[in-house]
Amino acid sequence: MTNVRKLAGRGGLYALLAAFAFFGAFPFYWMVIATFKTDHDLFSPLNNPFLFNEPPTLDHLKNLLFETHFHTYLTNTLWVGLAVVVITLVVAVPAAYSLARWARGWGEMLGIGIFLTYLVPPTILFIPLSRFTSSLGLQESLWSLILVYPTFTIPFCTWLLMGFFKTIPKDIEEQAMIDGLSRFGAMWKVVLPLSISGVLTVVVFAFTLSMHEFIYALTFISVSMKKTVSIGVPTELVRGDVFQWGSLMAGALIASLPVAVVYTFFLDRFVAGFTMGAVK
Amino acid sequence: MSGQPVSSPAVDGARGGIQDRESALAKLMIAPAILVITAMIGVPFVLAILYSLSDATTGDPSIKIVGLRNFRAALADPVFRISLWNTVFFTLVSQCIVVLLSRLLATALLKKFRGKWLVRFLIMLPWTAPISLGVIGWLWMFDSIFSPIDWVLRYVGLLGAPGALLGAGTNLYYLGVPGLAISSIILVDVWRILPLATVIQLAGLSSIPRDLLEAAEVDGATPWRRTLMITIPLTLPITSIAFLFGVVFTFTDLVVVYVLTRGGPVHMTQVLSSWTFFKGIEGGDLAQGAAISLFMFPVLASVAILILRTARRTEVV
Repeated sequence: MTNVRKLAGRGGLYALLAAFAFFGAFPFYWMVIATFKTDHDLFSPLNNPFLFNEPPTLDHLKNLLFETHFHTYLTNTLWVGLAVVVITLVVAVPAAYSLARWARGWGEMLGIGIFLTYLVPPTILFIPLSRFTSSLGLQESLWSLILVYPTFTIPFCTWLLMGFFKTIPKDIEEQAMIDGLSRFGAMWKVVLPLSISGVLTVVVFAFTLSMHEFIYALTFISVSMKKTVSIGVPTELVRGDVFQWGSLMAGALIASLPVAVVYTFFLDRFVAGFTMGAVK
Repeated sequence: MSGQPVSSPAVDGARGGIQDRESALAKLMIAPAILVITAMIGVPFVLAILYSLSDATTGDPSIKIVGLRNFRAALADPVFRISLWNTVFFTLVSQCIVVLLSRLLATALLKKFRGKWLVRFLIMLPWTAPISLGVIGWLWMFDSIFSPIDWVLRYVGLLGAPGALLGAGTNLYYLGVPGLAISSIILVDVWRILPLATVIQLAGLSSIPRDLLEAAEVDGATPWRRTLMITIPLTLPITSIAFLFGVVFTFTDLVVVYVLTRGGPVHMTQVLSSWTFFKGIEGGDLAQGAAISLFMFPVLASVAILILRTARRTEVV
């Protein structure tokens, strides 16, 4: 009896997960199909859209890699993302630690203040910030993005890290300090290793947030060679009014998959880190 | 912040010297964050307010204060009123769906099963892919002629035949008909935020001490009762945080509307962020754009305070 119920529960679980996986991934399956379909197959309304009715082709991929600036968008994105991650870590880790450990009264208000600044969205800030970056002579420069992106990564990551640091009991570092470590030693050798999953999560979040960013890039950058992936692909792969669907989907797919793999890898550490083995 | 005297209540007895040094260190470590935030968010925010009270345009960006004219102009504009309503409506509907689905999904992902890595990978795709690129995929799926959804509907006979349930036309035009365009945008909003909310919920669920649940089980509490008395109260703060982030992202998002409909058909799906962009950047009216965007702020601030309060109150219990 219980076995039957268990089996039914198992089936329900798999059905549920399959439905969610389908919902999440279908647009990307759709990109794969479009990437390798010939234009003729793609644009015949009677053909089954889910299958290859004509042999697959590499034309769209070739066009994307050799006829467009796609590789430049990728390099630009990587460079901006890494710079933003470094700036974010340098600023957010100490801030979050400070708020998690010593915050009472003013500190708690500050923590909430930092969080609330995250609620001043790019949609409010992009008009004044575009004037600001151009007055620094950074118009059409990737530096404008590197300068501006930390405005959303720092508040978010500080808030996230603060949560991580709070889950680490004070006793552990106090014990380490009694054992002879300095305050910095305790921070560096005890707290940071314990919150490594938090720090890595922040790295991934800061990078993906920069890579996702659309409105600043759209406003600050209009030269094709300086565009990031998130604006380069949707704005440059259109000829006149006609979308080059095959190459467009190929570009979206290639830019998406590596980040997705890295993210999933970190997700495991993210959840595992929450059990905090050291405490038990 | 440096002007404020910091009283350090001695928690574990009197350790005067160390306490002072620690509070100096605390300030030093948080100073860079405050500097960045003040210079790059605080100042531009004030500038945005000044712009909204001025008559600045991209042609003449100097700030000359003209009063509340831009706000009155915005309120009198029917497109602005549609945008305001749409922003609230899209956000509330999509995020209520997201909270329910993400809890369900997170509970399922806690279980052990084969191929978990792959399932997670697929579920996370909408969040890990750059938004604009994922939405481009949806744009192609909602295509007015080549939509695969229409193809399936035609295939099963719900569309495209005389007397078919959804009409005799060959296509539904997802982004061309107001009701369908609104539903499409909400669907894509849900699609995009669901992975983030799930990750946050998952963190909340897995932070519940296992011994607590095991003790309750030993004491004879049914699964339903354990969920009600332990899981839900303990994860309420993190659920609120998940909801809050979802609201913030959706409320201020430009990409979904910009890529899918550009606010059309005839402004029926316009939201505050897209209307800001079209007025302020494409229209060149910096002052009007700034005024429209500022309508987002009070809503965001009050939502945040409300949820922060809920989160904190629950933590005390």
